[in-house]
Amino acid sequence: MSKANIAFYWAASCGGCEIAVLDINEKILDVIEKANILMWPVAMDTKYEDLKKMKDKSIDVCFFNGAIRTSENEELAKILRKKSKLLVAFGSCAHEGCIPALANLFNKKLIFDRAYQETETTVNSENTLPLPSFEVKEGEIHIPEFYDTVKTLDQVVDVDYYIPGCPPTPNIVEEAFNKFLAGDLPPKGAVLAPVKALCDECPRKKKDKMIETIYRVYEKEADPEKCFLDQGIICMGPATRSGCGHQCIKGNMPCTGCFGKTPEVTDQGAKMISALASVLAVENELTLDEKKVEELVSKIKDPVGTFYRYSLASSFIKRKVIK
Amino acid sequence: MEDFEPKIIAFLCKWCTYAGADLAGVSRLKFSPNAVPIKVMCSGRVDPSFILDAFAKGADGVLVGGCHPGDCHYAQGNYKTLRRVKLLKMLLKDMGLEEERLRLEWISASEGNKFREVVNDMVVKIKEIGPSPLKMEE
Ligand code: SF4
Ligand code: SF4
Repeated sequence: MSKANIAFYWAASCGGCEIAVLDINEKILDVIEKANILMWPVAMDTKYEDLKKMKDKSIDVCFFNGAIRTSENEELAKILRKKSKLLVAFGSCAHEGCIPALANLFNKKLIFDRAYQETETTVNSENTLPLPSFEVKEGEIHIPEFYDTVKTLDQVVDVDYYIPGCPPTPNIVEEAFNKFLAGDLPPKGAVLAPVKALCDECPRKKKDKMIETIYRVYEKEADPEKCFLDQGIICMGPATRSGCGHQCIKGNMPCTGCFGKTPEVTDQGAKMISALASVLAVENELTLDEKKVEELVSKIKDPVGTFYRYSLASSFIKRKVIK
Repeated sequence: MEDFEPKIIAFLCKWCTYAGADLAGVSRLKFSPNAVPIKVMCSGRVDPSFILDAFAKGADGVLVGGCHPGDCHYAQGNYKTLRRVKLLKMLLKDMGLEEERLRLEWISASEGNKFREVVNDMVVKIKEIGPSPLKMEE
């Protein structure tokens, strides 16, 4: 049997997803036995020109990590879409926007002002800013354009499958590679991870939750046996897909939601707001004034960063309105 | 923007506020026609995603109407709604949407007049702040 051609690419990402491929350890050798890797920026030097010369659909599976932040990210997404039979959003950034998409709370101007002017360590008296094109004596040079809004991969091109996680965990990566190499694939559009919420597989002891106050992680030492939410620490478990092996929970840290929403949910943050609203305890509701509820919810210092840490770009509202 | 007519999506619970809106109708009260009513079994049935979806699809305002505290047909639905709306208001503020666009009101089946006043007042306030910025985005 001829070897499959696979490719990796990184767009707006931290590089972690490229490395996550290696977290499957020696199993990578099995992958290489069955597949040629045509492109892998973190490990190989493939030029964009070489990629452009490839025939359409000559890549069997392309694993694309990172969000779409610049015109370069978008251009490469479009080229790789054309060159690939299957395009897979690999990791939370390509899947739902992830941390890069928290920049959607700002726009290009605010980000540039901060990065090139305002930071305490910046000296930029000539106010030099990146320009998409610039005239030098050798001619005109171009750099990619920086967009106002970070997008997910499927907001710019058609995506066949998704592998969740920040980064995807080795079990999920290995299983996905096996599926692709064996051609054993679920219907198009599937997220290659279990469908249940993290709470369903969480080993912690749960009771009927009624929380009277909300703690930030550093404010309380969590009991490692008990459900975080029961202890008043926000855990995204009710709104997050399982499959990570509850790594954070095992490390006595609450889930922050990197595997994204479960299939029946349309918006991860909305789901968490709904779940949290049901467990906020208020005794004697009838006499309870709204102020008490406000006091309780105001303990959440960063609602967007808490409920949409990984999914802002794919949420209903997608970005902050900046006037 | 003079001819701007806000579109308000109103999620009304069947037992109280929807009946209140009905009463406003049968009493032939005159009021702004800007609210599109959606009947739900309980204000507690209004999932936060319904509200966010309405805004994402261009609603200028969202009204959630439920029974007064203590009167919920399902005992506690409206208490949950109160918490959800408070959480959503925090979120919407961080997303740059004006607070006036989301409103929760307790309106009973006998308060046709209150329903009228709430809708009129919301229309006036939203006319002041203008169309939803999300509508113009796409
Ligand atoms: S909320 Fe978190 S700690 Fe509690 S059961 Fe769910 S995943 Fe486990
Ligand atoms: S527990 Fe949550 S944040 Fe941690 S790896 Fe799993 S899905 Fe991601």
